[in-house]
Amino acid sequence: MLELTDYSVNFSAGAALRQANLTIKPGDRLGIVGESGSGKTMLALSLMGMAPDGATLSGALCVDGIDMTQRNEIEWQNIRARRVAMIFQEPMAALNPLRRVGDTVMEPMRVHEGLSHDQAQARALSLFEEVGIPDPAARLRQFPHELSGGQRQRVLIALALACNPALLIADEPTTALDANVAVLITDLLVRLSQERQMALVFITHDIAAVARATQDIVVMYGGDMVEYGPTAEVLKTPHHPYTKGLLDALPDPSRTTHDANGKRRRLPTIPGTVPQLQDLPQGCRFAGRCPVEVPQCAAQKPATQSFAVNRSSACHLNEGAKR
Amino acid sequence: MNRRLPTNLVIGAVLVALVVGVAALSLVWTPHDPTLMNIRGKFADPSEAHWLGTDQLGRDVVSQLMAAARNSMTVALVAVLLGGSIGVALGLFASAVGGWVEDGVMRLADLGFAFPALLFAIMLAAVFGPSLSNAVLAIAFINIPIFARVTRGSANQIWTLDYVSASRAAGMNKFVISRDHILPNIAAAIIVQATIEFAVAILAEAALSYLGLGAQPPASSWGRMLSEAQTLMYLAPQLAIYPGLCIITAVLGFGLLGDGLRDISDPRLSRQR
Repeated sequence: MLELTDYSVNFSAGAALRQANLTIKPGDRLGIVGESGSGKTMLALSLMGMAPDGATLSGALCVDGIDMTQRNEIEWQNIRARRVAMIFQEPMAALNPLRRVGDTVMEPMRVHEGLSHDQAQARALSLFEEVGIPDPAARLRQFPHELSGGQRQRVLIALALACNPALLIADEPTTALDANVAVLITDLLVRLSQERQMALVFITHDIAAVARATQDIVVMYGGDMVEYGPTAEVLKTPHHPYTKGLLDALPDPSRTTHDANGKRRRLPTIPGTVPQLQDLPQGCRFAGRCPVEVPQCAAQKPATQSFAVNRSSACHLNEGAKR
Repeated sequence: MNRRLPTNLVIGAVLVALVVGVAALSLVWTPHDPTLMNIRGKFADPSEAHWLGTDQLGRDVVSQLMAAARNSMTVALVAVLLGGSIGVALGLFASAVGGWVEDGVMRLADLGFAFPALLFAIMLAAVFGPSLSNAVLAIAFINIPIFARVTRGSANQIWTLDYVSASRAAGMNKFVISRDHILPNIAAAIIVQATIEFAVAILAEAALSYLGLGAQPPASSWGRMLSEAQTLMYLAPQLAIYPGLCIITAVLGFGLLGDGLRDISDPRLSRQR
């Protein structure tokens, strides 16, 4: 239902998203992981037609087979909420402090589907029940400051579901929540995706949450999709050096804290940080931080290599590998 | 929540309550008919019948001051509401659309700023004749760019917030977002500005009436009382002092109230301007 073909988001400073290719089918659950600054949020906003002002879009972004790349705001307004919806990272900030949460959730139903106040309220009530908000009738009339972080995120999920979208984009939905609530919200998103046959794009830097919630995974770095494949496979046998680095950097309770010589083990890290947009290397974005870099890396963008039907990676070192 | 209210807010509120109370009272009761002349009783000293005496035509000064308060409040209210709503709408529109439209609207507002209110009122008076309604229009006109600028500035901040993004992501158009999310969240700034502009409007009305471009006889106005008393300054200085004190009270009251509201609504703004 959603397809990206060589989709790029360019700013005058550089490309925030470079030739992304992605297909999302109904019911798919796709994880997108990467460091801050890797282009995850840019990708999410692009899927909503909400790329920042000043961005130049190229390639194709097809929703239901219609290329939306050059469409204007009005045309996007008809897609949003009804086809694609999004929930945001910070539930504290994503609700208008001066509106009752019920009114916020009812608004898209009334605007898009012309429901009466009572019809919208009935649907909001059932949505609140569906997303697990206790005492939904009373909650509808409350203001955001009266709700906990987890409940606010549930309200935002209800808002996103208001017009039965076919695709829900969750941009780091659990980052601002504590660990227990994060797991509950993650499971809720999976359940909703399964029950509604709704595709889910789950953006996070929490590998555990991705493993728990998604079937497929895209690893992003510096605006490139560096690796794609079934979540379990990618996490078990990563092909791209960046994915390997990312997974090595996870604390592993089963690993001993001291090595054979009795020295204390340090958690491996990827050296350096993601460069600023204008400082990204022209070739492979990971050049300069990559442990297995070869000379051509900095100069030439590696092509995306397919290893199987749904498994690919973009690294010069993989080019010799069998397809 | 046991914070002390700012002093300027308390003083301002008391003065405003006084002025507005007197103006409201004049709707139903004044000691005498403010326009009733009594030539034989002119320049009377304060007495039980005339608390502040009478003027050069024997009219009761207290009654005139009260009726003038009502006129002044009405002019300021209509002018600020009229200019404010147009300005707020323009500011919201500019902020929502952005780009060259926003620039265009704000440059027009700059143009309006450059235009002195008095000059505009004189122009209106020259074309349509001097009247209170033309004074209202002139004062409303100068309020448009002020409110447009305040609204646009505050609205631009709100547009960057997450809940606006969330609303956009829910497919809301800019009109709905402006109405339901932007306006309520900038209301405090607008109310503060309106209170301050109310003081400015009272002063402007007094100035225009003083110049004969506002309230026309027999309507009472502080500004007109002042100009009539001017020629009698040596004979009866109190006739100039009373309306002067009233203008000071009203302007100071609304000014302090506005500043006080600003202090409690956004402490960061209190030391600017």
